[in-house]
Parts: sequence; structure tokens; C-alpha cells
Amino acid sequence: MTVDTAVKQHVAARPERQKRRHNPITWVQRGGLTTLFFLLPLLIIFGVFSWTPIVESVVMSFQKTNLVTPAVFVGWDNFVAIFQDPLFWVAIRNTGYFALLALLFGYPIPLIAAVLMSEVKRMKGFYSVLAYLPVIIPPVVSVLLWKIFYDASATGVFNAILGWVGIPPQPWIQDAATAMPSLVLEATWAGAGGTIIIYLAALTSVSPDLYDAAEVDGASIWGKIWHVTLPQLRGILFITLILQIIATAQVFLQPFLFTGGGPVNSTTTILLLIYQYAFTNSLGGAYGQATALSLMLAVFLAILSIVYFRVTARWSDN
Amino acid sequence: MTTTIPADVPLHETIEPEGKRAKRARVVLEDADRGILSPADWRRPHVRIVGTVFNVILGISLVIIGLLPLLWLLKSAVTPTQDTLTNPLSLFPNGLAWSNISKAWNDVQIGSFFFNTIWMAVGEWAVQLLVATTGGYALSVLKPRYGKIISGLVLATLFVPAVVLLVPLYLTILHPPLIGHSLINTFWAVWLPAGASAFNVLLVMRFFDSLPREVFEAARTDGAGTFRLFWSIVLPMSKPILGVVSVFAINAAWADFLWPNLVLTDIGIQPLSVRLPQIQSSTDLGVYLAALTIATLIPVVIFLIFQRTFLRGGGLGGAVKG
Repeated sequence: MTVDTAVKQHVAARPERQKRRHNPITWVQRGGLTTLFFLLPLLIIFGVFSWTPIVESVVMSFQKTNLVTPAVFVGWDNFVAIFQDPLFWVAIRNTGYFALLALLFGYPIPLIAAVLMSEVKRMKGFYSVLAYLPVIIPPVVSVLLWKIFYDASATGVFNAILGWVGIPPQPWIQDAATAMPSLVLEATWAGAGGTIIIYLAALTSVSPDLYDAAEVDGASIWGKIWHVTLPQLRGILFITLILQIIATAQVFLQPFLFTGGGPVNSTTTILLLIYQYAFTNSLGGAYGQATALSLMLAVFLAILSIVYFRVTARWSDN
Repeated sequence: MTTTIPADVPLHETIEPEGKRAKRARVVLEDADRGILSPADWRRPHVRIVGTVFNVILGISLVIIGLLPLLWLLKSAVTPTQDTLTNPLSLFPNGLAWSNISKAWNDVQIGSFFFNTIWMAVGEWAVQLLVATTGGYALSVLKPRYGKIISGLVLATLFVPAVVLLVPLYLTILHPPLIGHSLINTFWAVWLPAGASAFNVLLVMRFFDSLPREVFEAARTDGAGTFRLFWSIVLPMSKPILGVVSVFAINAAWADFLWPNLVLTDIGIQPLSVRLPQIQSSTDLGVYLAALTIATLIPVVIFLIFQRTFLRGGGLGGAVKG
């Protein structure tokens, strides 16, 4: 390393050598062109379909664009329009509610399931396949299938099961009060398998020696879970928590396909609002407003992640 | 873990007969493979009972959660609509309706949407593989001086939520640079953006980084050029990671909804995920459930074949996409 930098400094000290290094002909002779040729697909695809749109989204947030007339810069108008939209505040509340419910349902269940599954050595493979099956069903099919399960009549699948234990039929996604929990229930079912697999992998890396040591100190089974398993999983638990928050903040498929945002906007989420601004607007696409909102969401999530990692890093130090 | 055995064995060697020693060694090995509960814990009667009860509850819940919805879908796909409507949980009270499947395939044209989905997935797979392998090769093996900047830019896109791209990307497809006409309602509209997957590029780069440089040097000495090195040495050595990328690419294409729903508005080229929600209200329930079953079949079969790939790396892809 130091030898390498020393050589580089030595080379830099000799102007004629440096000139040769930057000569286009020697660059081609050394295969610079071939390297560029191999990079071309990546540069074109990322350039056109990733890097440029990211930059454009920032620019468009401050523009009024309807694709017919040329784009005009309008300053913070798009952001002001969003803050003045009563639906924006509804969407924030709904998205927050979804994220909260998803944490309550979806965060502890995969952990408990993974800990139990990891103790069953012989069936672990079979159990993992079972747990992962819902993840593998195409998300659209899952939602459409659950829409049938959620049939509000007494002969709907879930209502029929509730009928066995004497519970009256529920309205599920038809009612403003039960719609969001119903969406979260499906999302949890569809997503838990992925998290279970992450935890199972993390659990196999917990050293058995730690359990042996805990037993020597007289730890009970709960003691071992509390003082060995959970602290050992702490890193991965922190990561899955923030990943889940980031994912739930962008929930789209469930509200879009189950309810379309209804009943009475009880399931309109931020992403659904972005989609409505841009693509189902009766006044023509409010593209600037839509990108402004998605930019706000991205910045919010970035700040949240940075703060989160700062805080959890401090906890990990202690 | 196994180092405890040799230290232990000489002590008992003279005392214990052969069979017992082997048994002991096995117990030590099981010890090394232990989880939260030690073998000693498992020998305690109440732990054994409670553990078995938990195990049974776990097994039953996993079957109910993971398997039953799928089995219900399979059952309902061949049940007459009237039975599913009035008594969704009984098993074929009035016989089977195999005609649901042929009606779905032909009358509702699920067959043609099925092949659209396959065509979409194959194209996305090809573009993703091309970008990830050529890009990964250039950045990880050829290593140009500006390579660090490019890999940095690729990595950075991983932290940008997909929703930020939605509108600008849609406008790019509407007015693509250089081509001059809209890509809306062509498969290119889904194929090309799929290639911009930072996850794939980084995965392939990390694998290429781990390949032994000596092999490359040897090939170079034997006169292999840059292209030959890529095609005959690097690609054949990378089959495992190419398999992983392929499985995820095809599965992601099959699952994708929001983007194809925006850019493929012509019924003629729509994939299943876009078409299924639209036909719901106009289709007989039994036929509709048969259509859902057809849409589920390929991903489930791919999963059962490539279980290990999914269960080892599945968490990663799923967690990133949410």
C-alpha cells in the first residue's frame, strides 16, 4: 500500500511520464476502450433509467409539468399545494397507522416463530418452506385471494370460520374501522416468511458456547433467551425494524387493490396519494406535485434512517 | 466444536467398550449442534412435554398459515362457483368443475396473459443478466480508474426509494432519449428499467471479487483477450451467482404490478398481475379462482425446485423490496 503510493508520487513527480499516462492512444492500447465497452450496458441503463430520473425528480418537484406545455419553475408551489391538501394529512395518519399496526402484528411474530423453528432441528427445512410459501405467491394474487376471504357476507371464508366459534360476520375491508387492520393482516401474512428466514439464518450463527456458559451460570430457558439469544440478535433486529418501517411507509399494493383508498379515505396512504396526483387526476397529471411528495417521503425516510442508526449505534456501544 | 472429542476420548478409552464410545461421541456432536435448549433440557420431562406441545402448535399454525390458503385456492379452482359462494369451506359438496380451468385459459384468455408474463420475465431476466455481468466484470475484474465512482453511484441508487423514480421514469418511457417515440405499450418499457438493479450489480461484483486472480493471470498468459476472459473463464466460473440472480429476476418480474400497470395499458400485452385485478368483476368466481391458480403455479414450482436459493438469499431480496 505505502509502496504503491510512493511509486505513484514518484511517477507524478516526472511530468513526461504523467503525460504518457493520460495519452488517449496508450489508454486505448491498455484496453481502456474495451473496458468502456463492457461498462456500456450498465452506464446506459443506469444513466437513462436510474440516475437521470433521480435528478429529474428533484428538478420536477419545483416545476409545473403537464407534458403538453413546457415545464415552468414554480418554486415551492408544489410543496405548498401538498400541505394545503387535506388528503395529505389523512394519508400521513393512515400510513402511520398502517406502520404502527404492522409493527404490532408483524414485528414480534416472525421472531417468535423463528426461535421456535430453530429449536426443531429435524423439521426445520419443512417448516421454512411452509413459512416462505406466502412470500412466493405473487403479491397481486395474494391480495385478490384475501379479498375473496374478506367477503363480508356470512358465507365469506373468514366469516364462515368465525361462525364456527359463534362470532358474528365482520365487515372486514368494507368498513372504515376494520379496513386498515384487514390490510395489515394480509401484508403481515405475505411478508412474515422473509423475516423468519433472516432470523433463522441469524440464529444459526449464535455460538452454542454462549448457551453452555449461560447454563454453567445457572440460567433458565427464559434466561437463556433473554440474556443470550436476544442480545445476539440485536444487530439484525435493529436492521429488520428500520427496513420494516421503510417498507410500510411505502405501502401501495394493499390499499390500491383491496380498497382503492376507501371506505371514506380510511386507507389512502402516501403512495396512493402520489399515484392519484400523477395518474388518476381529473385535472391532468400533477406530475410536479407527485414528485414533490415522493421526494419529501424519501428525505423523511433518509433522515429517519440516519437518526435511527446514530441512536442504535449508541445503544450498541453501551 | 469437535475439538472436545479427542481431549475427552483417551480418558474413557480403556474403560468403555467401542459402541459406547461412539455413542458418547455422537452426544458430544449433538451438543455442538444445540440451540437454546440443551440435550439435558430436553431430557427433563416437563420441558419435553411443553416443547412437544409448542412444536405441535408451531407445526399446525405453519400448515394453516402457509399451506391452507394455497390448498383452498387449488380446491376452489375446480369447484363449481355456486358451491364456493354458499359453502366455501366444504370439500366438493356437488362434485368437481374441471371446466373452470379450460374456461379461464381460453375464454378469459388467461393463456395469452400467461405467455405475456413469461415473455416479460424472460426479457427482464436477459437485460438484468447482461447489465450485471458486463458491468460487474468491468468494475470488479478490469477495474478502470474511474470504476470506484461508478460503483459508488450504483450503490447510491440502493438508498433511493423506488417511488421517487415513479413519475420521472414514466415520463422517460413516454419520451425516451434518442429513440424519438414512446415506449409505452411495448415490452421495452418493462425490460429496460428492470436492468437498473443495483442489488444485482453489487451481488455479481462481490462474487467476481472472490474469484481467484491467478486464474485470470494464467488465462491472460495463455493469450486470452478481455472478451475471451469474460466469456470462457469468468462466466462459467460464476454459475452459482448467475443462478441466484436469475431466480430472483424471474420471480420479481412475475410479482411486479405497479410499473407494468402504468406502462402496459394495452390488454394485448398485459401480464397476469395487471390483468387479474381488472377481470375480477366480470368473471365467474370459479373461473376467476382458476385464473388465480394458474398465475400462482409457476412461482410455486420455481420455489420448490430452487428452495435453497430462496431460503438462503430470499430474506435479502425480500427485505430490500419490502
